[in-house]
Amino acid sequence: MSPRHRKTLVVAGHGMVGHRLVQAAIERGLTETHDIVVVGEESRPAYDRVALTSFFEVGADELSFLPSGEYDDPRVRLVLGTTVDGFDPETRTVLLSDGQVIAYDELVLATGAAPFVPPVPGHDLDGCFVYRTIDDLEAIRDAAATATVGAVIGGGLLGLEAANALAQLGLETHVVEMAPRLMAVQVDDAGGAMLVRHIEKLGLHVHTGARTEQVLGEERVEGLALAGEEPVPAEVVVFSAGIRPRDQLARDAGLDVAERGGVLVDERCRTSDEHVWAIGECAAPDGRMYGLVAPGYAMAEVVVDALLGGPGAFTGADMSTKLKLLGVDVASFGDAFAATDGALELVYADAVQGVYKKLVISADGRQLLGGILVGDASAYGVLRPMVASGIALPDNPEELILPVGRGGAEIGLPDEAQVCSCNDVTKAQILEAVGEGGACDSPSCVTKCTKAGSTCGSCKPVVKRVVEEFFAAQGKVVDKSLCEHFAMTRQELFDVVAVHGYTRFDDIIEAHGRGRGCDICKPTVASILASQLNGHVLEGPTRTLQDTNDAYLANIQRNGTYSVVPRIPGGEITPEKLIVIGQVAQDFGLYTKITGGQRIDLLGARMEQLPAIWRRLVDAGFESGHAYGKSLRTVKSCVGSTWCRYGVQDSVQLAIDLELRYRGLRSPHKLKGGVSGCARECAEARGKDFGVIATEKGWNLYVGGNGGATPAHARLLAGDLDTETLVRYLDRFLMYYVRTADRLQRTAPWIDSLDGGLERVREIVVDDALGLGSELEAAMARHVDGYFDEWKETLDDPDKLARFVSFVNAPDTPDPHISFRSEREQAVPEDSSGPVSLGTTIPVGAPR
Amino acid sequence: MSTSTDATVLTGYTLVCRVDQIEVEGGVAALVDGVAVAIFRTHDGNVYAMSNYDPCSRASVLARGIVGTRGEIPYVASPMHKQAFDLRTGQCLDDAAVRVPTYDVRVTDGMVHVGGPRQET
Ligand code: SRM
Ligand SMILES: Cc1cc2nc3c(=O)[nH]c(=O)nc-3n(C[C@H](O)[C@H](O)[C@H](O)COP(=O)(O)OP(=O)(O)OC[C@H]3O[C@@H](n4cnc5c(N)ncnc54)[C@H](O)[C@@H]3O)c2cc1C
Ligand code: SF4
Ligand code: FES
Repeated sequence: MSPRHRKTLVVAGHGMVGHRLVQAAIERGLTETHDIVVVGEESRPAYDRVALTSFFEVGADELSFLPSGEYDDPRVRLVLGTTVDGFDPETRTVLLSDGQVIAYDELVLATGAAPFVPPVPGHDLDGCFVYRTIDDLEAIRDAAATATVGAVIGGGLLGLEAANALAQLGLETHVVEMAPRLMAVQVDDAGGAMLVRHIEKLGLHVHTGARTEQVLGEERVEGLALAGEEPVPAEVVVFSAGIRPRDQLARDAGLDVAERGGVLVDERCRTSDEHVWAIGECAAPDGRMYGLVAPGYAMAEVVVDALLGGPGAFTGADMSTKLKLLGVDVASFGDAFAATDGALELVYADAVQGVYKKLVISADGRQLLGGILVGDASAYGVLRPMVASGIALPDNPEELILPVGRGGAEIGLPDEAQVCSCNDVTKAQILEAVGEGGACDSPSCVTKCTKAGSTCGSCKPVVKRVVEEFFAAQGKVVDKSLCEHFAMTRQELFDVVAVHGYTRFDDIIEAHGRGRGCDICKPTVASILASQLNGHVLEGPTRTLQDTNDAYLANIQRNGTYSVVPRIPGGEITPEKLIVIGQVAQDFGLYTKITGGQRIDLLGARMEQLPAIWRRLVDAGFESGHAYGKSLRTVKSCVGSTWCRYGVQDSVQLAIDLELRYRGLRSPHKLKGGVSGCARECAEARGKDFGVIATEKGWNLYVGGNGGATPAHARLLAGDLDTETLVRYLDRFLMYYVRTADRLQRTAPWIDSLDGGLERVREIVVDDALGLGSELEAAMARHVDGYFDEWKETLDDPDKLARFVSFVNAPDTPDPHISFRSEREQAVPEDSSGPVSLGTTIPVGAPR
Repeated sequence: MSTSTDATVLTGYTLVCRVDQIEVEGGVAALVDGVAVAIFRTHDGNVYAMSNYDPCSRASVLARGIVGTRGEIPYVASPMHKQAFDLRTGQCLDDAAVRVPTYDVRVTDGMVHVGGPRQET
């Protein structure tokens, strides 16, 4: 039997896509009929160009796709360090740079793309580089060893990668971008602005809207001349101003090329010559070039399929991108610029966290079309497949981009959803790998077996979740729901309310909850609304959300009466005011006691007496004071330097100022402060949520203290502060707590719960590492400016006052259940022995 | 008591207030035959009445509780220690042994009328 004639397949270029083609050819049996010769210009076999930047950390071996230097299949021959100089479609031969001529049956061009270097004067000086190959990176590394400043021309995706690399190499780094924003192709203006903030915070200099006119220097680069701007010094310059397909071979052979470059191919990736194919970045299917690896891989599969006689076709690709640049997540997918007719945009921006997220949604709200994520791209893994598979959106699409990992876990991806776009792996395939059919027991094993997550890695979180969900099917899941009505934490709810600007509980529960709420979620929402809107807690429908103490602006006592605790800021009070308190107590028959918070409690007021008591207090210059509510209680003070022989600062003045500044602030739990005039600490400041202790030079600020059931000592946040800085830090600290703590979580456990603990707080409050300082201060300024005396306001509003009656139909009849006896010469509650009836003879008023 | 001016007179019922004097998901206390009764209005427009006396804390306070739902059950949480009471039956949802008396209640022409204690099992 004569051996069948074997054919020869020549592949020009051994990059990512050329390698994929060979792999697929081996896996799918094409080598049964074809010998393959791969010719690669680089000295190394194919490597992971997508992860090029990690070369500096992990070295070339880690990146290699073929560490052994050859394929297992002996029918594949690899010729490296050699270029294909030309080919002749007539004779079907290729000419190599070493003079070899190889005859082919089929030729695949996989020559990739080359960085575009704009022809500015000086572009070829020593010290100018491009960023494409390991060789490029080695050269950059060598040049950086003796340099201090570097510049990258181009602020696109690759330019930022290159800037990242220069910064990692220890250079002061400038990014020069002609467009008005960074990553102009992937992100919009707002996203670009957020990106600039992140990048500048890392110490890089960003010049947008800046055109490079010349590379300065004689032999070696010295800097860049920019149009209308100061020149930028630089000893290393990296060009990253886009890429151009390497289509010269095809041009020379007379094949069709696309208008904007690239070898023109049809949907089977065949060029205008039927035995020549082109794939990857050198190819332009339908005239369009794709600068990403996933479309290239798809093209490689299509060609192998075609050579095997299959029907595969390349019909366009997902241009989604996700990357971590300088530690900043950036992702852009689908119709990121809302180009679709009628498309809606849903934006979540949090300058505090440095996060910008945008969803583009179809006009009918049912379909996700695309989006942009900056600062936190964790939702990308779920969102991108939603675009790709056209899955219907959930009812509250914004939950997909709200923080704290809501996005995803609950949003069941259908089995056919593509989880990994680089390698086209669906959820079903992953489930198969972990299920009966497969033997995988971990996400990493799944990545090995299915390739999902092995390329750009952006789908790894979803791979992990799919695997975990599979294994946790019966396992216990930690439920962080607030209550049965809201499947989210207080912080998540806080963000939901902020994003939508909700002002009514009804709207919130309708859109994000179920049922009608309860005694947990209602007060929580009331507190969130109070923090965000600074309105009156008894305004309109918010009244019924309040716990009884907030609802009646006083503390309920065991017999249904209330206590009133007039505010005495810092514990300082004039004799005249002391007398007023005594008189009010006398006139209303109230029990009085000095509290642990340096003020005086008036107990035993019937609900209907409260307004009259407040009236007396307000007229005498008091506020009724918060001993109720999750809000600031008191800022306790010692006598300080005014009197005390040890005092070094005026602790009373500061305590008064702080109490007046933060009074009324609604918070996740109550807040207490203290100020001591010296280290003897008579005000027990370190037992408070925030405590200040005077030093010779200023103030030490301590945070996270409390008494109660689990006492905690406050810890030093910053030392020797002047008063202005102290207040600024406190503003930031308290607002950050208000925004991010859980319901009923005091500052100490909240700090413990933060990743990084007190150090994290210091980064945010003192170092302003997230750049949210001014935003937090502004939020506090709004609180301070918006503060009003809620008791006085109530007195002025008949609607609110109408609530303060014993019985709606008998407002003048006191509740018979309340009675007092005398103890130590004061009135105290008489214990009730059961329901009391006044009998039917008591006349009652007609309804008003 | 003066019911003569009212459009509707219901025998055995006491007219206590206009329905809009009760906030949605709020409550008021009323005196009905000398007894403190808490009257609530829910989101779906229903009006319920039960004794104002919270047997757990032994205080007359239930009208001041937060109204909400547990599953399908409309309830009020005592403002004192938050025990939940089914608005329809007075049953304490946290303690099967505790139940608060409920009252018949009718709304006519925007007016709330409370009848006698309900005799139910
Ligand atoms: C009146 C007062 C006791 C006194 O007569 O001294 C008091 C009374 C109450 N305290 Fe207190 N606490 C009072 C000082 C304190 C102190 C001492 C202090 O502030 O220096 C502490 C320990 C310090 C601390 O908070 O870290 C204190 C730790 C608590 C706790 C435990 C908090 C914790 O984090 O574990 C509660 C329970 C809670 O808030 O959940 C509590 C709760 C309460 C409540 C609100 C309980 C309630 O719901 O009825 C009491 C009602 C006050 C009222 O009706 O007027 N009270 N309470 C003090 C009022 C101070 C003021 O002027 O505002
Ligand atoms: C720093 C960096 C980061 C990137 N990040 C991402 C990312 O996050 N996601 C993403 O999808 N893509 C990313 N890319 C793009 C991705 O690397 C390319 O899309 C992919 O490498 C294209 O594969 P290719 O095989 O077509 O081209 P290449 O990988 O460039 O391979 C072409 C090979 O052919 C060789 N060659 C050229 N001409 C000849 C010739 N005449 N004879 C012989 N050999 C020749 C070249 O030397 C090269 O080795 C990144 C690229 C860079 C540089
Ligand atoms: S803390 Fe210092 S200044 Fe204040 S009272 Fe005590 S000893 Fe005096
Ligand atoms: S999407 Fe890139 S590796 Fe899966």
